[in-house]
Amino acid sequence: MCLAVPMQLVEITDDGIGKVDSAGVKAAVNITMIPHARVGDYLIIHAGFGIEVLDREEAEIRLDLFKELAAACEAEEEA
Amino acid sequence: MEVCGTHTMAIHAAGLKKLLPENLQLVSGPGCPVCVTEKSFIDHAILIGENYQACIVTFGDLVRVPGSFGSLGTFRSEGGRLRVVYSPADAIDIAIEEAPRATVFLGVGFETTVPTIAVTLKMALARGIDNLFVLSAFKTIHQPLRILAAKEDLHGFLLPGHVSAILGSDCYNYLVADFHKPGVVAGFEPLDILLALSDLAEMAASGQPKIINDYKRVVRSQGNPAAREIVDEVFEPSDALWRGLGNIPASGLALKGSYTKFDAAIHLPVEVPPARDDPRCLCASILTGSKTPDRCGLFGTECTPEDPVGPCMVSSEGTCAAYYKYGAA
Repeated sequence: MCLAVPMQLVEITDDGIGKVDSAGVKAAVNITMIPHARVGDYLIIHAGFGIEVLDREEAEIRLDLFKELAAACEAEEEA
Repeated sequence: MEVCGTHTMAIHAAGLKKLLPENLQLVSGPGCPVCVTEKSFIDHAILIGENYQACIVTFGDLVRVPGSFGSLGTFRSEGGRLRVVYSPADAIDIAIEEAPRATVFLGVGFETTVPTIAVTLKMALARGIDNLFVLSAFKTIHQPLRILAAKEDLHGFLLPGHVSAILGSDCYNYLVADFHKPGVVAGFEPLDILLALSDLAEMAASGQPKIINDYKRVVRSQGNPAAREIVDEVFEPSDALWRGLGNIPASGLALKGSYTKFDAAIHLPVEVPPARDDPRCLCASILTGSKTPDRCGLFGTECTPEDPVGPCMVSSEGTCAAYYKYGAA
């Protein structure tokens, strides 16, 4: 229902429009729905619109969990 | 049941079904907006394009969905004006290019997509764009979710990730209060999904259902109120026809107030004859989780992604497309 990708907001250009960086290529994104977005935030982008700002702390917690699970799998394989 | 079509694709792409224990069965739900759109919508769009020489603007995966007399792709190959967009905001630029020709955006999507069209129409209203229209087949998830929650053979729900970013994880509490069933809001990485399924299985087994938000990096308990406010300005609930579920009151969205000026159904009227689906196509059963694609006699033979019979095989989120591309478990 909702293919969306995280990209970093690098510039706020006009009212409600920003630029995100995607592997060196800058693309315009509509940020009307996320007025609290600031440069440096990672945005969740759907159909050219930012729909939410990524919670950096929660993302780190989840990434740490992924690493823990990966390490546990490796340990199991080596055992 | 995984409600969301993007989850269906993610699950199949990562081969997750093969990893699940035998007593945990995952069935796909109706969260594929292209799949649940009735055939008559395609016919309606083409008739408007033909009768008004309108430019039809659409998301890509609607182009090859079969209508009663051919697809939008057929319409284009026969000289019709069709433009594919990634963002609904592009419809404004196209309308300006095409003026004074009517430019009609095909409104297919759920709560993640609807706000993007709402913002687009606010911009169009502010800029005085006169030739842009929207043909709405927009749908909302709660009414069908209630219908599915009442089914005895479904014990829990993997809830959509990005629809929930808009609505908030708190909006699903009725699943517990009214139906005593658990739900987990999940992200789209394979591990996100497995962690969510583990939570779901635990709750289904213990008989202690809750709504859990397992996608906290994106989904807030209150969702995105700014997005919902914009949607409420532009749209109001309406009845909607769902492939597989029939007519569901208050499960669709219609333009309201000053935004009715953009309504293609009102301003570009056409006579749309009732459409008939191929009776051998199992899309309707697949969308409610009662059958799987491998049970369909057309699967992989008469119905393939190149030559589809039903939308579930065409859509990038369709269950049949997922089975075909990644192999059924």
